[in-house]
Amino acid sequence: MYRYDDFDRDFVRARVAEFRDQVERRIDGLLTEDEFKPLRLMNGLYLQLHAYMLRVAVPYGTLNPVQMRRLADIAERWDKGYGHFTTRQNVQFNWPKLRDVPDMLEALAEVEMHAIQTSGNCIRNVTADHFAGAAADEIEDPRPTAEIIRQWSTDHPEFTWLPRKFKVAITGSPNDRAVTKAHDIGLRMVRDVDGKPGYEVIIGGGLGRTPMIGKTVREFLPKADLLPYLEAILQVYNLSGRRDNKYKARIKILVHEESLETIRARVEAAFAENRRRLKPLEPGLVAAIEAAFRPPEFEPALDTAPILSAGLRAFIDTNVAAHRFAHYAIVTVSLKPIGGTPGDATSAQMRVLADLAEKFGHDDLRVSHEQNIILPHVPRRHLPDVYARLKAAGLGTANVGLISDMIACPGMDYCALATARSIPVAQEIAQAFADLDRQRDIGPLKIKISGCINACGHHHVGHIGILGLDRAGVENYQITLGGDGTETASIGERAGPGFAYDEIVPAVERLIGAYLDMRTEQGETFLAVYRRLGPAPFKAALYPAEARSDAA
Amino acid sequence: MTARSSRTQIVTGNDLLEGHVVYLTATDEWSYEIAEAALADTPEAAEGLMARALASSRDVVGVYLAEARRDAAGRAAPAHFREVFRTRGPSNYPGHGRQAEEL
Repeated sequence: MYRYDDFDRDFVRARVAEFRDQVERRIDGLLTEDEFKPLRLMNGLYLQLHAYMLRVAVPYGTLNPVQMRRLADIAERWDKGYGHFTTRQNVQFNWPKLRDVPDMLEALAEVEMHAIQTSGNCIRNVTADHFAGAAADEIEDPRPTAEIIRQWSTDHPEFTWLPRKFKVAITGSPNDRAVTKAHDIGLRMVRDVDGKPGYEVIIGGGLGRTPMIGKTVREFLPKADLLPYLEAILQVYNLSGRRDNKYKARIKILVHEESLETIRARVEAAFAENRRRLKPLEPGLVAAIEAAFRPPEFEPALDTAPILSAGLRAFIDTNVAAHRFAHYAIVTVSLKPIGGTPGDATSAQMRVLADLAEKFGHDDLRVSHEQNIILPHVPRRHLPDVYARLKAAGLGTANVGLISDMIACPGMDYCALATARSIPVAQEIAQAFADLDRQRDIGPLKIKISGCINACGHHHVGHIGILGLDRAGVENYQITLGGDGTETASIGERAGPGFAYDEIVPAVERLIGAYLDMRTEQGETFLAVYRRLGPAPFKAALYPAEARSDAA
Repeated sequence: MTARSSRTQIVTGNDLLEGHVVYLTATDEWSYEIAEAALADTPEAAEGLMARALASSRDVVGVYLAEARRDAAGRAAPAHFREVFRTRGPSNYPGHGRQAEEL
C-alpha cells in the first residue's frame, strides 16, 4: 500500500500539533466555540447527541494490519472498545473526550492515518471498490488513481471552501461496487478502442434530499488527463455551484439546472486551458504511487483443495468472491451479526482481523461502503483456518449480500442530524429473518436504512430503502422500492405513506412474502421481480387495507 | 398567543470536555439532570433563558432551546423523542451513556 513520504508525515504531524494547540486554547477559554467549531470539524471532530465523535479517514478503504491494530488500541484506550465502520469507508469513534483527541490523532499519525477532510465543504475521502486489486473482473487497480486524487485534493487551496462537500468514488471493474453513480464525481475505468485504460467520468450523482443518478460527462478520459480534467470540473463547480442555498449547493443541482451539455462545454473549455497551464504529473511520481499498489507476492497454485465443512461451504457461498487467481479468494467479513449494530467491530475483533490479514491475507484489509471488512487476498487453502478464527471471534456470519447484511447509518442513537433511529430497525429486521436458510432462500437483497433525509444509509439505492423521519413528534419510516447502487443504478421509488416504528418490520415481512409468491424461480431476485412487475403488487402487499378497499 | 409560542422550553447542550448532555438550571448552572432544568413558558422567557445560557456557556457547547413538559411533580421532562433519547444514550448499547448509570 501507499506509504507516507516525508512531506505527508510532516504535514500530518504539523496538523496534529496545530490542533493540540487549538484544543488547549479552547479549554483555556482563549477560543470561543464559534471560533473552535470549524477548526475541530476540519480535524474530523463532530459533536453528536451524547458525546463527541471522531471520524477517521480510511483512504479508498484500504488498511494494513498495523493500522487496524492501532484503531483497536485507540478504541480501547480512549473510547469504549469498539469502532464503527461507515458507508464512506471511514471509521468513527463515538465517545472521545475533547482533551484526548490530540493524543488520538497523534496515535493515528504514527501509523499514517488522520481525520483531515472528513468534514467541511472540501473534497472528502476518495472511496473505491473494496475488491480493488483482487477482483476477477477488474481492468486495473483504481487505487493509484485514488491516491493521486488524495494527494491533489488534500489541502488544495482552491478547493478548501467549495459550495458544499464533494465526494469522488472510483472503480476499476465493470461491476460497480463503489456506487460511482451516486457521487459528485464517479470514475469507472474503461478501455479505449486500442485497449488502453482510462476513465469514464460521471458527474452530478448523489443521494440526500434530491437523489440523482450521475451522468456521463466524458466517455473516455486518458489517464494522463485525470487531474486537468478533475480540476476543470471543480473549477466550474466552485465558480457556479449555488452558495445561496445549502440544499441546492451540490454539483448535482448545478448539472440539473444548467444541463449536462452546458456543464460539459464549460468543463471541456476549462480542461483545455488546464492542459496548457498545468505541468503533467512527473512519470517518476506516478510510477512510485503505482509501485505502492503492486500486487503481493502471490503463492503458486497447489493441487490440494481444502476440506469444506457444511458451515464453511455456506460461508463460501455468501462471503467469498472470485479473486483474479482461481486459487485465491476474496473474503468479506460480515460486521452484521444477527441483532448486532451494522458496521461495529470491537477492539478484539479488529485485532483478529489484523492477525488474519498478516497470517493469511498478504497484510491487506479493506473497509467496504456496505460496512463490512474484506480480506482481499486469501489463498483458498487457508479458508478453513480463516473461517474457524472468524467464527470464534463472532465474525463468521454467512450473510453477505443477504437480507440481514443491511446498511444502517448511526441514526438518532448518535447523530445530531438524525430525525429517527436506524440501528434498532436494522437489528429488528435481522432478528425477524434470523434463520440463515430462510435468508439464503430469499436470496440477494439489499435493505438500506437512513435516519434522515441526508441518506448516509444510501436508502435510495436499496432494493428496499427505509428512511426514518419525524412526523409530528413520532418516528415514522418511509419505504422506497427498486433502488440499485451498481452499474445498473436506479433511485428507489417511494411506496406510499410511512410506517410507525413498530409497523416497519411487519411491512418488510409483507414485502418479502409478496416477492416469494411472485418470483418465477429461486434465482429471480427481489430487484428482478420488481423490475418485471413494477411497484403495484408490492404496494398492495404493503398496504393491504387500501388494496382491499380499491378492489371493493 | 399562538400554539407554538406557548410551548414550554428548556436550554440544553453538551459539556465541553466530556460531551455529556447538560441542562441550564434556574441558578444558571449546568446539570446532568433534565429534572433540574429551568423551564420557560413564554417566548420572552425562553429568549431570556437562552441569553443567560450563552452568558454562562464557556464550558458548554451546542447550546439550544428544546421543547419540554412538566412532569407530575412540576419538574422538566423531555417532550420530544429526540430529547428522551438524549436523557438515556444509544438504544443499541444499553451499557453506554446516561442509561448505564441506572443499570
